[in-house]
Amino acid sequence: MIKYFLSKLLTFVPTFFGVTLISFAFIRVLPGDPIIVMAGERGLSDERYAELSAEYGFDRPILVQYWDYLTGVLQGDLGESFVTKKPVWDEFFALFPATLELALCAMVFAVVLGLPAGVIAAVNRGKLFDRTLMSTALVGYSMPIFWWALLLIIVFSGNLGWTPVSGRISLLYYFDTLTGFMLIDSLLSGQDGAFMSAVNHLVLPSIVLGTIPLAVIARQTRSAMLEVLSEDYIRTARAKGLAPVEVNGLHALRNALIPVITVIGLSVGTLMGGAILTETIFSWPGIGKWMLDSIFRRDYPVVQGGLLLIAVFVMIVNLTVDVLYGFINPKIRKR
Amino acid sequence: METTMERPGRLREFWYYFRENRGAVIGLSVFVVFVLVAIFADLLAPHDPTQQYRDHLLRPPAWSEGGDWSFPLGTDPLGRDLLSRLIHGARYSAFVGVVVVTVAASVGILIGLLSGFAPRWGDTIIMRIMDIILAFPSLLLALVLVAILGPSLTNAMIAIAIVQQPHYVRLTRASVINERTRDYVTSARVAGAGIWRLMFKTVLPNCLAPIIVQGALSFSTAILDAAALGFLGMGAQPPTPEWGTMLAEAREFILRAWWVVTFPGIAILITVLAINLMGDGLRDALDPKLKRS
Repeated sequence: MIKYFLSKLLTFVPTFFGVTLISFAFIRVLPGDPIIVMAGERGLSDERYAELSAEYGFDRPILVQYWDYLTGVLQGDLGESFVTKKPVWDEFFALFPATLELALCAMVFAVVLGLPAGVIAAVNRGKLFDRTLMSTALVGYSMPIFWWALLLIIVFSGNLGWTPVSGRISLLYYFDTLTGFMLIDSLLSGQDGAFMSAVNHLVLPSIVLGTIPLAVIARQTRSAMLEVLSEDYIRTARAKGLAPVEVNGLHALRNALIPVITVIGLSVGTLMGGAILTETIFSWPGIGKWMLDSIFRRDYPVVQGGLLLIAVFVMIVNLTVDVLYGFINPKIRKR
Repeated sequence: METTMERPGRLREFWYYFRENRGAVIGLSVFVVFVLVAIFADLLAPHDPTQQYRDHLLRPPAWSEGGDWSFPLGTDPLGRDLLSRLIHGARYSAFVGVVVVTVAASVGILIGLLSGFAPRWGDTIIMRIMDIILAFPSLLLALVLVAILGPSLTNAMIAIAIVQQPHYVRLTRASVINERTRDYVTSARVAGAGIWRLMFKTVLPNCLAPIIVQGALSFSTAILDAAALGFLGMGAQPPTPEWGTMLAEAREFILRAWWVVTFPGIAILITVLAINLMGDGLRDALDPKLKRS
């Protein structure tokens, strides 16, 4: 097991350096000189340009610059935003809980609906329920989520007036952020209605972001279940007279879960991509919206740092899933 | 007398399995319509897609109150005919799909073949580079690439092709490694086939099935991603009637004019859904392992 973990970690390290190299390279190939961009409309004198160039280290050899960047990254120094002048690291971790909360809720939505749907479809294979469900899943899988978001806003916010259109909580409530998770903070604040307001703001974005993972999980669960259900030990379990619920739930699902967990883990990348769209539409103050705004503002250090941190986050999740996978599936570990 | 048993042609065998999947046939039909609409957009569209009818701003679809049959699906905030814009939009989506799949697949297959035949260190380097690209969420990477190259449909296509090609590399490499140890490859090698012949003539044709399926899937992903980039203002620029860009322009009118938001989205959804249905059918028909599942 330790050997397996180390071998996984060994592939993580070069990928990590590659990711730093790519995010480092971006700022050098982006159009426009970053210093000119920083100076804005007013422009600046040649002396001041040289001064700033030296301050940011742009005048040194490229390899030296990369080395400095890398040592900075390893110490948690990603430079500071051109616009807010705050460290990128601090900005990222101030906004990250918002994205994490949204992504977790989207995932809960996807798993809670997707798993049972896939199981029921597999057990009723070929019947009307299975066919309807799988068609729906394919529609969900093909959904342009930015349009889906607009449709849900038209129906639930516009016509029915049930949910708010933007933000994380109603402006009526104010309290200090303790965890950064609005659901927890609003509960801790003890203010009446704050928690419900947070839930209300979270519902539509979570559905939007969770739609594609939901479709993927339902499809994957169904095909994994179908594979397991044709195994001999399932027939044995049935022959022994176990109730269908026990056979499907206890024996089949437990083994079918293995590939499903991988799919859940791999969805994290999709979720981070989807977060850009979802957060932009719902004005959700998270990492996705922050990245898009920074791209439009040409705030290079933020784009660079955000890109790196998001990639590293996705890599860590994938590594965890890989390790978990080896843990629950000895066959992989021994290979 | 001699009797010969003829093996049914590959295409016929494929069609036999493909036809069994009703969804796939429906998907294929819709896709054919989509391609025809894209080709004959000029003939089919009732109006010029950029012509602004100033007296007909935000006219609802013909069947609802205040509608007008000369604008069957209504007009947008600038008075342009929505149906004509959608028809011309099909052209951009089809174009994006074809270009992205062609570029990503040819580059990806080539790198995959090289990786599969390369010595171990070469293989490791190539695959690590692909891992690095795959570590970034694809939409985010495409977005940053477009920011570097400048927002336009061409650059969006380049960016999407770059983020998609690692999938082809992985797929090709996996099947190449699987095939390389087979007897027929060894016999070709013993017969004196050179490395290029082995790669392209001997091995590649036997690796194509999963690549074709991936091609269908990445066609639909390309359309979705291009629309998403257009929606975020980083793809095709107005007044191009690209579906995602149309949605972005319509956003502020969502609560006043449902049609400007609804129809472009339906166009994207139906196209992507049809291609995905087709892809499922292709997989079932081409992949013998999954044929009966």
